Amino acid sequence: MKEKIEEVIVERALLITALSSIIIILLIIIFVFSQGLPAIESYGFFNFIFGSTWNPDAGDYGILPMIVGSLGITALALLFAVPLSLLCAIFMAEIAPRTIRRILKPVIETLAGIPSVVYGFFGLIVLVPIMRVHFGGTGFSMLTASLILTVMIMPTIISISEDAIRSIPHEYKEASLALGATHWQTIKNVIFPAAIPGVITAIILGMGRAIGETLAIIMVAGNVAQFPSSIFDPVRALTANIAIEMGYATGLHYSALFATAIILFLIIMVLLVIANYFHYKKKVTIGGGYL
Amino acid sequence: MNRIISPKIAQKIMKGVFWASGIITALILIIIIGYILVKGLPVVNLDFLLSDPIDSGASGGIAPMIVSTIIVTVVAVLVAAPLGVGAAVYIEEYTKENFFVKLIRFGSETLASVPSIVFGLFGLAFFVVFLGMGWSLFSGGLVLAFMALPTILQVSEVSIAAVPKSYAEGSLALGGSKWQTVYRVILPAAIPGITTGVILGMARAMSEAAAILFVVGSALAMPASIFDAGRPLPLHLYVLATQGISLPNAYGTAAVLVILILIITVVTNTVVENYSKKMMGR
Repeated sequence: MKEKIEEVIVERALLITALSSIIIILLIIIFVFSQGLPAIESYGFFNFIFGSTWNPDAGDYGILPMIVGSLGITALALLFAVPLSLLCAIFMAEIAPRTIRRILKPVIETLAGIPSVVYGFFGLIVLVPIMRVHFGGTGFSMLTASLILTVMIMPTIISISEDAIRSIPHEYKEASLALGATHWQTIKNVIFPAAIPGVITAIILGMGRAIGETLAIIMVAGNVAQFPSSIFDPVRALTANIAIEMGYATGLHYSALFATAIILFLIIMVLLVIANYFHYKKKVTIGGGYL
Repeated sequence: MNRIISPKIAQKIMKGVFWASGIITALILIIIIGYILVKGLPVVNLDFLLSDPIDSGASGGIAPMIVSTIIVTVVAVLVAAPLGVGAAVYIEEYTKENFFVKLIRFGSETLASVPSIVFGLFGLAFFVVFLGMGWSLFSGGLVLAFMALPTILQVSEVSIAAVPKSYAEGSLALGGSKWQTVYRVILPAAIPGITTGVILGMARAMSEAAAILFVVGSALAMPASIFDAGRPLPLHLYVLATQGISLPNAYGTAAVLVILILIITVVTNTVVENYSKKMMGR
């Protein structure tokens, strides 16, 4: 009997741990939405997301410049990161000899592990002065932020795409080679097209990381809450808007920053639903080997 | 294109392009880490690691920040590891693939992609204000636990699923109960993977700054308890760099962070791999 009771207790306890992530995500939604909705209600949803002036002192809470800023930085970062990451993923999965792959894998893990503030710091100290010299202005710009983000999202895109390419059945490749195609023709016409769902998932997850990044962007983007007229202008991201002003915000301003987080949350949810639509699940790697 | 460039030449060109992309990726890492270490390591010595900051960090060391980092990371792991591993055991061993499991997976995926600054706002509204816990390392550790949870859950789930079914069948056939089987057979076999998951979660917790920006209080003094305010290393680096307090100390702090991450990568890649070879014959 004693054993049976123990079994039941253990099962209940495990059930509770299993529920924890759902409970936490609900708590996050409840607390962020309850603080943010008053601002959206009193300022108006469309005024909030399509308003082009953000000036809390004058009671203006339009976040369109920040939405443009976030999307602009992200789009530029993807433009740089996607080609390089896909080439690198194909290189690791198809071309690189074993030893090179064994070197590159930890390189990419380390790139993924470096704290975002360290990337931001590197950008601030090294990249901003370079941009200032070559492109004029202050050096703090949408382009600078997107270059730092490029490096930050590359590990995500590389590791998931590489995994997708690697999981293509060998027969596909062998059949193409047997027909006399070169390795490059096989990659271009057979392997890569078959890996597309995984590659799209990789890009979307990289995009999610780019939109959610905060401190690294604050350190290099200039953070002016205005529409940029070129990629060399300073911009402010949605995340930066929250982090910069939360320290001193009160009342409706405080609520408007939580409302900014709601918009951010909704964008991420849309990306997640799209990623789920492609149904690609990354295999988790442990140590040096695949499971 | 195909008519102008023969397939053989295209093959040669593309091979060069692929090699270049791999080399560029490695170079990016070498340049960033090299730069931080070259500039930062001369600052890092025992005195820097063991003394208090002077004038908001303009000079002096980073001892309170190291202690703060250890506290938030330990709190995060102690909370997230049981929740993550427990959930993984439940999903893999106690239930079938059903709507409930899908819901848990969706919850953990969503949790994994919530931007860190949103975690920060949540921590402020929930722990600091609603629960009245104030700015403290404990509140910060809890926020980081929530961030680390999906990593630990996902990796643990995969490593438990990879334990051969015959292991469990052997134990059950010998009269072991379900929990005895999980505890004595499945978990020990899955431990290398679970350890990796916990270490990855830990790395995520110790390198995060945005999520704890409004939660830990950013105090400079040595924390006397886990309920004191503090300032973990990434947050210290952010403050030093953005407020232009001290460039050398910022380099030193960045170097310490980079070394921590390098150690973690080496540990997960060598120690865990060796152990997993021993345990699972792989």
